[in-house]
Amino acid sequence: MRPLVYVFTVLGIMGLAFWAYRENYATQRALRQLSSLQSEIGDLREALSVQRAEWAYLNRPERLRDLTALNFDRLSLLPMEPGQFQAVSNVALPPPPLPEPALVPTDVQGELPPVEGADQ
Amino acid sequence: MTRTPLRPLARILDARQKGENPDAIERENIRLRAEAQRDRSRARAEGRLVLLGLGFFCAFTMIVARMGLLAATDPVEPRAATSGAEITALRSDITDRNGRVLATNLVTHALYAHPKQMIDPARVAAELARIFPDLNAEDLNRRFTDGRSFLWLRRKLSPEQVQAVHDIGDPGLLFGPREMRLYPNGRLAAHVLGGASFGAEGVHAAEIIGVAGVERALDERLRDPALASQPLALSIDLTVQAATAEILSSGIRMMNAKGGTAIILDVHTGEVLTMVSLPDFDPNDRPNPAVKGDPADSPLFNRAVQGVYELGSTFKIFAVAQAMELGLVGPETMVDANAPMKWGKYTIKEFQNKNYGPLLSVTNVIAKSSNVGTAKIALQIGGDRQQAFLKSLGFFAPTPLELTEAPRARPLIPARWPEIVTITASYGHGMSASPMHLAAAYAAIANGGVAVTPTLLRREAAPAGTRLMSARVAEESVKMLRNVVLHGTASLGDVEGYEVAGKTGTADKPKATGGYYKDKVINTFASTFPASDPKYVLVLTLDEPEETSGPEPRRTAGWTAVPVAAEVIRRVAPLLGLRPIEAAPQDALTQVRN
Repeated sequence: MRPLVYVFTVLGIMGLAFWAYRENYATQRALRQLSSLQSEIGDLREALSVQRAEWAYLNRPERLRDLTALNFDRLSLLPMEPGQFQAVSNVALPPPPLPEPALVPTDVQGELPPVEGADQ
Repeated sequence: MTRTPLRPLARILDARQKGENPDAIERENIRLRAEAQRDRSRARAEGRLVLLGLGFFCAFTMIVARMGLLAATDPVEPRAATSGAEITALRSDITDRNGRVLATNLVTHALYAHPKQMIDPARVAAELARIFPDLNAEDLNRRFTDGRSFLWLRRKLSPEQVQAVHDIGDPGLLFGPREMRLYPNGRLAAHVLGGASFGAEGVHAAEIIGVAGVERALDERLRDPALASQPLALSIDLTVQAATAEILSSGIRMMNAKGGTAIILDVHTGEVLTMVSLPDFDPNDRPNPAVKGDPADSPLFNRAVQGVYELGSTFKIFAVAQAMELGLVGPETMVDANAPMKWGKYTIKEFQNKNYGPLLSVTNVIAKSSNVGTAKIALQIGGDRQQAFLKSLGFFAPTPLELTEAPRARPLIPARWPEIVTITASYGHGMSASPMHLAAAYAAIANGGVAVTPTLLRREAAPAGTRLMSARVAEESVKMLRNVVLHGTASLGDVEGYEVAGKTGTADKPKATGGYYKDKVINTFASTFPASDPKYVLVLTLDEPEETSGPEPRRTAGWTAVPVAAEVIRRVAPLLGLRPIEAAPQDALTQVRN
């Protein structure tokens, strides 16, 4: 009985040591991955800030004004004017919805009497 | 364990036979028993002590091992925690009130050289001079070869320039990472933002410091690492600012002015929605301050805050409002306005030597901008009370705006306040203030008589201000200002639907040598709209304007500043979401529909 206990204990310790060894390397791998992810996040944030700056630069009022002037024949954009405010009652109501097109044919004249001798 | 009886019968009988005392056997057995008991107890106690000792030994060993580990290892940041990613920006962004970026950071490179590691300094110098036209090849070559081991070449490089320098391929040219401040909107709101520059510079990093405007005044806040990820929201509205700047700049061109400024203030919160000062500059490439000439001619000069001038007749409403508050006059009270008025050795005249007298109602004193009428009202008020009122409106202290320029731009107040100053100050001469002062004071009137502190930061709620005049007086004053636009000097300022109320002011420019120019004026139009429920104050000032469409040049505010201000309101009010008040006349189609 006693030797058996010793054998199992030793086996258990060896198993645990193997498990700890593997966990140790798994943790180190996860940490390496984490730091590379964090540096990637940092790079992406930097890229994001560059893109925000670029967006702000491309949307600067001066450029938008020039663009509306250049594309006036297509867009016809003009500065907002006081006359463009209107009462809600002046807004046209949407037209009443059209009746749904009938997808299933319906009988409008009643049913025809069955023909004698015809195959049903 | 077998238990020995105390008096074993065999031994007792044996002892009795030998004639010994059997009790001795019993005592002997008792002694042996006690000894055995003692040995057992001792063994148990020893075992316990050893166990305890082992326990302590293990505990202390663990502590010692942990301490040794902590002492011997290099400190590392816990990598598993999610942190650090936010602290990428050195300086917070600045946005307008709607979150549009006004200032942000961009990662770029600085270029420096280690001449001792250079292989072919002459070629490097020639190549660099080709990439950067402002560098001189001979000069560079001389500096590369004079024995120094370090040299800064450029502070900021564009990606194309970085590539071009890489292509030179010399190991003596090195790049350092840099964060630079970028103002994507260029000249827009340049005076508000100010600009930034590098402070302490190292090879691997450089600190960015604000040099003017908000960047400098709020430098601490912008550099605070705890707040670096939160942008600083200004009260400026970028769209409104852009529209105002466009109109003001064409107004300046049309009126042949030297410069101008426009301020739009929310009268309830005191937020500055727009602050334009022209001419302006590009904060990305901030020019150096002028070393000679008038600093007011430099594009760096912020006319809205630093332009401390006599503001002329725009002040008249303060005298009238105070007189109404004190119960001295009412809107229809007739006052003596017989011009010219003699006061000691001074003569008070009206514009173009007119005479609006002998009597004029207070409403018409404002509408016709009568100097004499206002002077008479001011004399009724008296110098001390007038000073106290102007002080409460903020005319005696610098504006509390978050700009470095603001605290330095002190209004010019005469040291003594004799009656002639009471007279001249009532129509805006003899004391000087900036357009921002005027805007804040008009905002107090438009805000129902409650003082407003102007600010450049977005506010959620208005701080409680002190009441300077009753709501009724404030309302009457706005009505008088409305009358100026309907029937008075600012008739060109009427914008359909927005009930503009305002007062014109024309002041001669003071000469640097003393006295006033005859043909150089500052024209101001201070207004509020809509008059029935004032929401915004617009102050527009033109520097040396001249309207030349008529036979002779006109230099009154009614002909120069007012039409420009009207155009600003026409463009800006819809952008502010302000609905025109009078319903637009319905056309035939909609009438049929309804």
